[in-house]
Amino acid sequence: MKIAVCIKRVPDMETRFKIAASGTAVDEAGLKYDMSDFDGYAVETALQLNEKQGPGETVVVSLGPDVVQEQLRKALSMGADRAVQLKSDRVPADGLSIARALAAELKDGGYDLIFFGRQAVDSANATVGPMVAEMLGLPCATAVSTLDIANGRGTARRDLEGAAEIVEFALPAVVTIDEGMPRARYPSLKGIMAAKKKPLEVRPAQLGAESLTLEKMELPPERAAGRIVGEGPGAVPELVRLLHTEAKVL
Amino acid sequence: MQDLFDIDSALSEEELAVRASVRQFVDERILPIIGDCYVEGRFPKEIIPGLAELGVFGANLPEEYGCAGLNNVAYGLIMQELERGDSGIRSFASVQGALVMYPIFAFGSEEQKKEYLPKMAAGEIIGCFGLTEADYGSNPSGMITMANEQADGSWILNGGKMWITNGSQAKVAIVWAKTNGEKSDKSIRGFIVPTNTPGFTAKDQKGKLSLRASDTSELVFQDVRLPKDAILPKSGGIKSPLMCLTQARYGISWGVIGAAMACYEEALDYSKSRVMFGKAIGGFQLQQQRLAIMLTEIVKAQLVSLHLGRLKDSGKLTPQQVSFAKRNNCDIATNVAREARRLLGANGILAEYGAMRHMANLESVYTYEGTHDIHTLILGQAVTGLSAFN
Amino acid sequence: MANFFALAESRSGALRRVAFETVSAARALADASGGGEVHALLSGAPGVASLATELGKYGADVVIVVEHAGLAKTNVEAVAATAAERIKAGGYRAAIFSASAEGRDLAPRVAAKLGVSMAADVTTLELVGDALVVKHPAYAGKVIATLKLTGSPAVVTLRPGARAPVESAKDARVESAQPAVDPAASKLVVKEMIVGGSAKLDIGDAPVIVSGGRGLKSAENFKLVEDLAAAFGNAAVGATRAVTDDGWRPHSDQIGQTGRQVSPDLYVACGISGAIQHIAGMRNSRTIVAINRDKDAPIFKVADYGIVGDAIEILPVLTAAVKEARSKG
Repeated sequence: MKIAVCIKRVPDMETRFKIAASGTAVDEAGLKYDMSDFDGYAVETALQLNEKQGPGETVVVSLGPDVVQEQLRKALSMGADRAVQLKSDRVPADGLSIARALAAELKDGGYDLIFFGRQAVDSANATVGPMVAEMLGLPCATAVSTLDIANGRGTARRDLEGAAEIVEFALPAVVTIDEGMPRARYPSLKGIMAAKKKPLEVRPAQLGAESLTLEKMELPPERAAGRIVGEGPGAVPELVRLLHTEAKVL
Repeated sequence: MQDLFDIDSALSEEELAVRASVRQFVDERILPIIGDCYVEGRFPKEIIPGLAELGVFGANLPEEYGCAGLNNVAYGLIMQELERGDSGIRSFASVQGALVMYPIFAFGSEEQKKEYLPKMAAGEIIGCFGLTEADYGSNPSGMITMANEQADGSWILNGGKMWITNGSQAKVAIVWAKTNGEKSDKSIRGFIVPTNTPGFTAKDQKGKLSLRASDTSELVFQDVRLPKDAILPKSGGIKSPLMCLTQARYGISWGVIGAAMACYEEALDYSKSRVMFGKAIGGFQLQQQRLAIMLTEIVKAQLVSLHLGRLKDSGKLTPQQVSFAKRNNCDIATNVAREARRLLGANGILAEYGAMRHMANLESVYTYEGTHDIHTLILGQAVTGLSAFN
Repeated sequence: MANFFALAESRSGALRRVAFETVSAARALADASGGGEVHALLSGAPGVASLATELGKYGADVVIVVEHAGLAKTNVEAVAATAAERIKAGGYRAAIFSASAEGRDLAPRVAAKLGVSMAADVTTLELVGDALVVKHPAYAGKVIATLKLTGSPAVVTLRPGARAPVESAKDARVESAQPAVDPAASKLVVKEMIVGGSAKLDIGDAPVIVSGGRGLKSAENFKLVEDLAAAFGNAAVGATRAVTDDGWRPHSDQIGQTGRQVSPDLYVACGISGAIQHIAGMRNSRTIVAINRDKDAPIFKVADYGIVGDAIEILPVLTAAVKEARSKG
């Protein structure tokens, strides 16, 4: 199968981020970058499908400045066959313009499957995959935790809040990959050497107009000093209230 | 750790990618288990297939023998990352690559290379290296292990070796022996000895307080009969095993930096989170001095090894330069580990932290592959032209 | 004055809490704009119309009801086409979906159909001049981005729970409509819906971790921890080293210096005193709850919320309360 995997370069989320002087970005000093976790699973899923069902081709695509070549090379060293950089001086905040550029690249590629991570771990939007599907008129299974491909059809499981769906779709299709799918393999040292010789094409990204702009980035308010909600089981209702209304984790 | 000196800018894209991949493997597959392995005195065999899949064994040997064909800086970075996990893990890979695969590559016949190297790169055959003997450590030329050629061209091997990493789990041993009754170290030749050959026994040395996550064994050879083609045809004299040691020492000079980095990072992290007298201990001058010295020594060692690697890649490396790096880097690493352990206070004696494990390991690394003192004498000889050995 | 669109999600014949959230958020924007209308789209199997009046309670002026046998299960393509058609025809200033699994699936498709930009997973919305300004937590919640949508209509997904629904009684007019496309023509079909069956989460992946220490007194009492994790639905169970060393839990569950280092949205430490080795593994969690008998235990120094008391007594009560809160979701 011919499979495209769209990947994004993101900073390590374990970092204690600072805001850059511009106020609209995180300070890049000292950040470590990798491909977004879910994108790594997507590359792995594509490689495994082609290894099992081969012959096939796995093409990785990333949009952004030249630094994204590092992540494209990583995917090549994992085993992808070729890479495409859609070059732009920055990654826009507007997912629609990213989706347009990707759709333009993927439209006539003859792909059986187009994979995305379920969301980029930095911007956390989960919008580009389904947008590309819409632009290409393809079915889109989002946030799948299992995937079977057979006879030109796909079956996947999507975990919802407190429930799950089993979905079926015809190929070609867009699939966004969630937890549950295989972890990215470690690029082997031979793979790293082989990746040097694999094609990495660079084309300008056709981004188009943007109507979503990033106005400001800020750190969330400092964590308030911890407090004792109360003693014994009687304190539970107040705790649940705080988790719901204040911490917003319930 | 923070790259204060921007040393990464002197590394190529591939070298950084190699380091990143091995680093991730160590973080995810070795660090979570190594403390327990150490306490249990167990080498984690389960990671061998993963290491082989990554391609760390003999990674600087050519692709035609199933190896990764990396340059020596990338190889050094692999050693650094493995030892960031544990000196025992790095020792395992050093022995397999520099002391078993390298002599087969350098002194073996084409048949031997084709037979052994791909399987060793794949981790299917594990090897060990038998040079040191109980009474001949720093002075290997004095060895008493002897191989005598028989009328039919086969060999009979007798003797024993000591302090052999991987000895009890190896399928083959590279054994160095004097030949045909000659006492001179010029008669020393290398042999590929399958460990299931009758007369070959290996048993683990017990009671180690260092390198506990690594197997160290004693080998005994009693009338071990070896076929004619067991000999490494291009080996000859003490120089051959010493060439292997130069390879291994090169890797060690990088490896110990990894152990020091792990200790420094652990100490730095601890200093920022451990509160005493109402503030993080990293805010106290004494701890800052510890950290500043650790960082300085690590950066200096990194620069030495990086330059050494570039010399090796350009074919200009001398054994004296390797002695310099091995001596310096092991020394600073043992000091960094000890200072890290002290910074960690009482917690520093727990296996839950790495510092004391590294500290104990590094005492072995300081001692093996040419002790600190021997390397001092090699440097002394290099600068004065006078040998202090005898 | 402007009109706003909200998508109202239902599941198994009942409105979801997120439906009230989107309608209520649209209501607030309509009021802020000087009193426009809120139109909610409610789609589903025949009979779903009976839920329409309930949306009025949260401020819907009009409920567009699309009943079709082909919409009994989630049908993203048909609902997206219908929503896009209605949004286009309605001339709305903004369209609000939930950032639920369903809404995250629908909204990007709708935005792409309309050719407009969207903001995802927002926690606040505000009309500023011609623009809609929203806040969106990014970088694993460590950074808050303020985004400005200048397209029309603006499409957003609203983070579940970010904005409690506010009652604002309206007599919602019900307007029946047909799907914009034949639901049977969808290329992706839901074959099966499994309620309550979510796979066992790894502690590295789970948004919520419930963790136990020696304060639980025995391996058997970890059942209480598991029950609380199950009540959250998206939680994994963790443990301290003391507990895994005692064999109460497998070593793979150990969180701390030598175990796994985790940073979930919510970490509930039950009967854990908070040795520095344990704290090293969980201190980056977004919200930390501690339940411990000793009020001076170090765990309370890193916790956002603490309850002093015996975890064995408190856990069943907390489990019941979490279950109840989640059932409203």
